This record gives sequence, structure tokens and C-alpha cells, in this order.
Amino acid sequence: MSALESANKIKAKFGDLVAEPTEFRGEITLKIVDAEKIFDVCSFAKKQLGFDYLVDITSIDNYGEDPRWSVVYHLRGIANGEEVRLKTDVGEEKSELPSVLPVWRTANWHEREIYDMMGIRFSGHPDLRRILMWEGYPHHPLRKDFPLAGKPTDVPGVAFTKVTPMEGGPFVTLPSSSDSIAREPRVRVPENAERAISDKRLVDGKLK
Amino acid sequence: MQTQEYGYNSKIEGDVVLTTVDAALAWFRKNSVWPMPMGLACCAIELMAVGASRFDISRFGSEVMRFSPRQADCMIVAGTVTYKSAGFLKRIYDQMPEPKWVIAMGACASTGGMYRSYAVLQGVDTIVPVDVYISGCPPRPEAVLDALMKIQEKIGKQPILQGTVAAKLLNLQEK
Repeated sequence: MSALESANKIKAKFGDLVAEPTEFRGEITLKIVDAEKIFDVCSFAKKQLGFDYLVDITSIDNYGEDPRWSVVYHLRGIANGEEVRLKTDVGEEKSELPSVLPVWRTANWHEREIYDMMGIRFSGHPDLRRILMWEGYPHHPLRKDFPLAGKPTDVPGVAFTKVTPMEGGPFVTLPSSSDSIAREPRVRVPENAERAISDKRLVDGKLK
Repeated sequence: MQTQEYGYNSKIEGDVVLTTVDAALAWFRKNSVWPMPMGLACCAIELMAVGASRFDISRFGSEVMRFSPRQADCMIVAGTVTYKSAGFLKRIYDQMPEPKWVIAMGACASTGGMYRSYAVLQGVDTIVPVDVYISGCPPRPEAVLDALMKIQEKIGKQPILQGTVAAKLLNLQEK
């Protein structure tokens, strides 16, 4: 059974709740229309289709769009080597979806990390605490509207943060095969650099 | 040069060496700086090399890495100090007995290094006083030894008894 067949089985089981599987470069993605069903889909995928390994859960901030959050699950069957990606959207006002921790225990820390960095909550998670930042830190740093330099905070007795001086940065590197001086991270406007690459004006890390 | 000046010489054993109490104490002190290895990132791996046989920090009397701050003299901050670890770093420094010194090892500990982001403290000198900064990412072990020698130089110049109550009592006894 291939990954596409497995994806089609999920589609057949859940019908309209799941969009048609799409294939890109040999990888199968299934869009779950209703985020509330993510637990049922994952449970089915593990118990009936043998996806016994949750590779990763990650989240995307579609800043300025509605729904704002996308949550992405990478599933793998150890025995058959199949991989399927599940995607679902969550609105900002809700910012909550069911935990898949009862399906894969490894989801515990993945979900805590998403809660910490992006501020999406997982209902039914037994221990939804911050995992990288400390309790009391008021922000979610991976959100698009959070500045790279950070914001000043202070939790007395725990930790403080200050705004990092960017000195004209961020310092970005450019993809290049030339020497390390050309590749070195420098103050560059990322948008300009991307445009220069697409216009083929950028050769060996130098702008023409 | 240092060996000539201070080294153990069996020929003069039993003879009299004249010096000041301060100079003798400083000599004891600077040749037994016990480091507190504050290993926070990849610099800590280089710090291990400093302690191992090839570079051999024991040549400078600092092989006794103390993981208890109460037994350490010199904190070597080896690595990236995040805001989350800044709190306990300060607490460990506060627990070290006086006199104490700090080496900021590498770009991250000195300035935040390549991490200009919300998570990283921009230089450990914002929370503890630093005596020697080492450049490099990571620095060579020789650079760490050089920093240690600079600390020794500094300790050698610091008066220990001068101006203290102990010195005054000694003076009174002489009179």
C-alpha cells in the first residue's frame, strides 16, 4: 500500500471533512477541513493504517489572512516507510484544536512548543506549559507580528529580556557557491536579495 | 622568564627568600585559580580541549575545574547566554566567594555573537563584571590560556593585605 492509497483511505473514511489528497514531489498532503476532527483522523491513521510514528508537528502563521494559523502533522509508518502530511487551519479568535497526545505520546512536547512559540492551545493536553520560554513570558516569539529583536519584559526572580540592538540588521546570508566572504551574513534587505536572485542579477553573492 | 623569577629551585632550598607578604600571597593566589566552567554552548567543547593533555591548563595551576561555585575563583562563561540562563548564571556568580574573576569566552558570551535575537543576552557583561574577553567563534584553546595568563597578571598586581584591617594589625604589632 502506498502513501497515496493510505491518504485515499482517510479521505474515504472521513468524506467531506477531508480534502482530496494532493501530491507534490512524491509527498502526499491531506487537508483536514475541520480542525476539530484532527484527533479522529490521527487516531484512524495510526490504528488502521499503521502510521505509528509522529515525525513532527509544526505551525504556520498566515499573518494577515483568515484563518491565521495552519498546523501541520508529519506522519510516518515505520513498517512500510509511508509518509503523509496532514494540514489543518485554525482561526485566530479560537486558536485551539484537539490534542493528539492520546494517539502519539511524543505529541506532548511538540504541542507544548507550538503553544509556547505560536500561542495555539491544544484542548485535552494534560500539561500545556511553555517549553522553551519561561512561565510568565508574555509573548509568542514565532508570530509574524513579533519583532526579531524582541520586546522588553521582566518576570522578577525568573528572567528579563531587552530589545536587541539590530544595528541596521537583520544580518542575512545569501545562497552562493563562491567564497566565504561573499556568503558571510551582512546587513541586507531580504526582499531585495530575493528579487535579485530571481532576476539573476545576483552572481556569486554579488549584486550586478 | 616566569620560571626564572618564581620557579622552584632546589639549590636554594633551605635558604632564605625575602619578599613581602602581599607578593607571596598574590603568587599563591594567581597560580591556583580554580575555574568554574560555565559551559553553555559549543565553546564548552573547546574549553574541554583546554583542560585535556594537548593544551593542559594544569600548567597554569587551573586544572581544578570546580562545578560548585563555592569552590571556584574564576567563572569561564563558555557559550551563548540566553535570557533564560542569565538568571542562574548570575545566581552562580553571586555564590562564588570573593575574590572572583570572570572570563567571557568567545563572541556569544562577549557580545551575543551571531545571535541578534529576542532570546539571547547581548553580552554577559550586562549581568556580571567581566575581566577578560576572548574573541573567536569558538576561540582557540591557546586564546583561553592567554586569557588565563592575563587574569594571573591582574591577580599578581592586586594588593591583598594593603589597606586591610589585617595589615593595620600587623603594623601595630611592629610598632
